[in-house]
Amino acid sequence: MTTVVFPEWRDKPLDDILCACRELLEDTDYPTVRRWREAGGKVIGHFQVYFPEEIAHAAGALPFKVRGASVEPTQADSRFGSYLCSILKTSLELALSGRVPLEMFVTHPICDAARNLAAVWGRNFDYPCQILYLPQNATSAHAAAYLHGEYRRLTQSIEQVTGRTVDDEALRHSIGVFNDNRALLRDLYRLKSDAPWLVSADESYVLVAVGCLLPREEHNDMLRTALPLLAQRTAQRRDRVRVVLEGGFCEQPPLDLIRAIGRSCYVVDDDLLIGLRWLTDDVPLDGDPLYRLADAYLNRSSHSPVQHDARKPKAEMLLERMRRANAGAAIVMAAKMCEPGLEEQVVHTRALDERNLPYFVSEFEENMTSFDHLEIQLETFVENLLFE
Amino acid sequence: MTGTGVDHPLVGRGNTDGARLFREWFDALNVAAETGRASAYVFVMGSFAELLGAFDFPLVFPEINSLQTAVRRVAHEYLDQAEDYGYSPDICGYVKADVATQLRGGEHPMGRIPKPALAVYTNACNTYIKWAEIWERMYKIPTFVLDIPGTRTAGGQTWPGNGHFENDRRYVAGQLQELIALCEQVSGVAFDIDRLRENLAHANAMSVGWKRVLDLNAARPSVFNALSDGTIYLGVANGFRGTRAGADYFRALVEEMEYKSANGIGTLTDEQYRLIFVGVPCYPIFRRFNELFTEWGGTFVNSTYLWFASGGSNLGFEYDLADPIASLAEGVLIGVRDAMDSMFYQTGILSQMIDDYHADGVVYHPIKSCRTVSTGLADSRRALMEARDVASLFIESDMMDKRVVSEAQMKNRVDAFFEGLASRRLQTAAGPA
Repeated sequence: MTTVVFPEWRDKPLDDILCACRELLEDTDYPTVRRWREAGGKVIGHFQVYFPEEIAHAAGALPFKVRGASVEPTQADSRFGSYLCSILKTSLELALSGRVPLEMFVTHPICDAARNLAAVWGRNFDYPCQILYLPQNATSAHAAAYLHGEYRRLTQSIEQVTGRTVDDEALRHSIGVFNDNRALLRDLYRLKSDAPWLVSADESYVLVAVGCLLPREEHNDMLRTALPLLAQRTAQRRDRVRVVLEGGFCEQPPLDLIRAIGRSCYVVDDDLLIGLRWLTDDVPLDGDPLYRLADAYLNRSSHSPVQHDARKPKAEMLLERMRRANAGAAIVMAAKMCEPGLEEQVVHTRALDERNLPYFVSEFEENMTSFDHLEIQLETFVENLLFE
Repeated sequence: MTGTGVDHPLVGRGNTDGARLFREWFDALNVAAETGRASAYVFVMGSFAELLGAFDFPLVFPEINSLQTAVRRVAHEYLDQAEDYGYSPDICGYVKADVATQLRGGEHPMGRIPKPALAVYTNACNTYIKWAEIWERMYKIPTFVLDIPGTRTAGGQTWPGNGHFENDRRYVAGQLQELIALCEQVSGVAFDIDRLRENLAHANAMSVGWKRVLDLNAARPSVFNALSDGTIYLGVANGFRGTRAGADYFRALVEEMEYKSANGIGTLTDEQYRLIFVGVPCYPIFRRFNELFTEWGGTFVNSTYLWFASGGSNLGFEYDLADPIASLAEGVLIGVRDAMDSMFYQTGILSQMIDDYHADGVVYHPIKSCRTVSTGLADSRRALMEARDVASLFIESDMMDKRVVSEAQMKNRVDAFFEGLASRRLQTAAGPA
């Protein structure tokens, strides 16, 4: 399918490209999904954090990352109890309100709440809703073979939805497209780390996040255009604290909050939408493509609070992220009611305390609109560091 | 034996023996702690007690330790300590009570809890995984998550012979082999398949007995209260799984329940309304919570709790003793999967229970602490109400934290529920207008 769903950025200067991305990201009518569907395309919705989007892509569908939204969960609220994170409710609201019609929905057992979504969704919609069981025993010698089988099962489900058989050649092509995408995102993050004055936290975020809403070919085109323009900027380097931002692996902080953080410090690395960057190297194009994807998920991948892997102890992974990015401090956030995130805050803050590394702790909610208090606290934290 | 009817010595034996076994179990844990014997930490949804018992590990169930702090009304002290340590009020109360228990060197109202040498758990609850990571950091012990793929979609269970099932089974069996190697390394005890076989035989007797006991509660009047009596049986089902004592207990329990059923002996409640409980008990006011219902003649005839918190042994699955490892893989896959189904895909299960147990109403009790159980309950209730003409009640509180348990508010809701049930019954008796 060659439908162009996001033409707004093309042939525009950098600021306009960023503006188009920001507008797309904040548009709760999801115009790119609508255009895709109007051209006859099918949409596979998948909940955070990681999903092998290559499989949906190879079947000709648009993989849509279900990651909450800035909407009021008027219908979804009654489907859930109290004490739950916002992303669950607003994600379902997107479907119930008709903003994002899907042909299939997949969730993962990333947390106690999210693993319920396939059942909740399935009781509300007629299309297939399922759980993809990504391995939690990542170091088992049997995990890759199991995941290979699980990906085969998923492929069959997607084939039934799209009516298109997914062969190895199509998968290899899709893996190539996504390899390009991940390489471009790595370039963006390298720029963030090497010259954070050239790309602010919120600019980087919108450039990454629109990937959740676009065919990857279009995302790649946009990034290929925007990255050189960012590098050519003549922005002044400022005396700001270099920080790593943790806590954005699932529910996303509001864009204004990211912008507020970026006003106070240089965010030189983060885990925002880590699922898009989960695979850290190119997936080899030889061999069995589904096995290659499974192996990459387990053995050449990033980390998050919701995947257990004895090779990736949580505190050490944060410290490593800080070392690699030459960050002097951390912002350790968690979405409200997010158990994995809140549990990780304890781990992270204790590890940072032990090493006498400064950090700022906070909770957020995707729909929060007032950041004044938080911004003042953050500025105080930064000033303390600068004038220490 | 002397006595007849309710005076017969069989009646009430399950509760008495269950309480005794429970006390003996904690006494043994206390001895293990005092003698420095390291234990295996496990959870109720997939404890692998049959296997770990073959390596002589004392088994510690932190979930049970934690709920005991609530039942004994000291949970708030433990929760406060963990929150002072840094854990948010929005994190599972079981986890926090255990963190405090560990920080106190195992001090617990039932005795001292031994430290872990190993933690073994499934992915049936994600909090298990995060919880074990705490011990990993605290004690530098090996932890083993035995991944059990669950049902992918409503009604989509697969069975032996199906390619997807076999992929799952190979994964589980492979992990079991890895777990055996780890147990040998940690315990210093060589794996003996005959010991495993013996434990599996005991587990078979228990599973068959557990299923029979649950089935017998379809009798009218019901022979036990699933919320109060059932929780005692559940404690034995978990703490004594794969042991002779556990198997004997359930044989005796079946004998008691069959006697009660045959003689029309019910619970202490004058049964007016038969209810199904969905969720996790309100342990901070455990007895009072139950009384809110029994005072109106309501008795709980079954619950999803008795299914998922027994790790799926409600199915009565029997291991093939001729092929222990493969059969254990199949059994835990089917059992733990079923436990997950009764939390995520319970609408059909409840509809069936309503018929099988002649239920008048369904009580949903989602709790703050457990998102695994609680997240989908409001929607599940909506779906059940669309499918069935049955009364239901939805009350939220917690299994640990008395700060979110409002007894007065709860009583108002329960009273209104029973008034509705009474009205419904009158209308049914009067027939169509």
